[in-house]
Amino acid sequence: MNRMKFDPTALSPELRRVERRLMLKGALSLGGLSMLSGCALDDEPGVERALARMMNFTDRIQAMLFSRHRLAREFDAAQITRPFPFNAYYAEDDVRTVDPAGWRLEVAGLVADRRPWSLAAFRTLPQKRQITRHICVEGWSAIGCWSGVPLSIFLQHIGADMNAKYVNFRCFDDYSTSIDMATALHPQTIMTLDFDDATLPPAYGAPMKVRIPTKLGYKNPKYLAAIEVTNRFPGGYWEDQGYDWFGGS
Amino acid sequence: MLRLRRTPSPIIRITHWIGALSMLVMIGSGWQIYNASPILPFTFPAWATLGGWLGGGIAWHFAAMWTLIGSGAIYLIYGFVSGHFRRDLRPQEPQAVWRDVRLALRFRLAHTPGRYNAVQRLLYTAVLIVAVLTVTSGLSIWKPVQLGWLTWLFGGYDIARRMHFAMMTLIVAFLIVHIALTLIVPSTLFGMVFGRRPIASESETAR
Repeated sequence: MNRMKFDPTALSPELRRVERRLMLKGALSLGGLSMLSGCALDDEPGVERALARMMNFTDRIQAMLFSRHRLAREFDAAQITRPFPFNAYYAEDDVRTVDPAGWRLEVAGLVADRRPWSLAAFRTLPQKRQITRHICVEGWSAIGCWSGVPLSIFLQHIGADMNAKYVNFRCFDDYSTSIDMATALHPQTIMTLDFDDATLPPAYGAPMKVRIPTKLGYKNPKYLAAIEVTNRFPGGYWEDQGYDWFGGS
Repeated sequence: MLRLRRTPSPIIRITHWIGALSMLVMIGSGWQIYNASPILPFTFPAWATLGGWLGGGIAWHFAAMWTLIGSGAIYLIYGFVSGHFRRDLRPQEPQAVWRDVRLALRFRLAHTPGRYNAVQRLLYTAVLIVAVLTVTSGLSIWKPVQLGWLTWLFGGYDIARRMHFAMMTLIVAFLIVHIALTLIVPSTLFGMVFGRRPIASESETAR
């Protein structure tokens, strides 16, 4: 399995600072909102803290609204978006690949069995197929057909602590994201092996992607390398830069 | 002697201004979000957007969502319970609207403090309906799974998203007219801020 070439956590505080500055610059650029400028000009960290507090509040409400039993709408095969769009924080030419036979999913954290998993082992577990809408935080959406092992079944197999708060995903393209346990146990949250009834292609996250139709696209990690069950808030690639952590739909 | 007239109650004035500020934040940050994936062949200029980048726009949008929903809910409940909607905002028959439109176009529409003319009643009622549709269509594209029934009512995710944009456009159009008329009759602004008028005149005529 590929290892990260650098530690992204070392960079992220600097990235966050840059993004925050951009966010505040945007706030100030709306000159008409003179009421805001009073605090935004004199007390920028205050505005930032207030926004962060509001976002935490929004996340708490989202978690309250979430039901493990409410299913995302499923569509007919005729409604599938073709071609399904490629999306990542880099261009499609920069997609990284691994040898599927040599790939192993690392298992870490609050689980009974931390042995790595091969693709062949995943194929022996029950599979589920869904045609659901992928909604991007940018607003566009696309309908795709995904199949794989429900995450809840995998978590049972590795003896995960189902009372833990978070499931963290690390990817070999230096991406990461994390979700709440309730979403991890949702029946439509699947560890995807197939797209459109064929082996998952590199563009969509080969060899494994986590498909979560109750979350926005950036919470659907591709190129999965490791899974961790934890009570420590894990954040994520975009979440650390200021995207809403819950990111639910 | 300064005689106080029936003017907007404190609840209406406070919710109006919290709602107005929330709405401006929602519009600026919404344009930021729109620019990430435009549905029409244009984007909004950066100076008119709020948040600096998509993540910032989303942070502002959802922060202002709560103040807008909160002030809007208080306003709507008060409006129904106090009789404000029935008494002051209920639209009048088409003839009255037509009469007042013609008077307004000739700048001869009498503007009595504390009483809305037929055009105002129609516009305010319409913008309230549009605002409710903006919030509900927004909720339906925020939570198309958890509030799937709402998304379904709007005709699905894609239509709900366009509906949200169209309702925003109507609100911006209303704002332009609303602010222009306030500038023409500035005493109405005084009433909305302080709850009473600077002078106790019988009536003012829009000039």
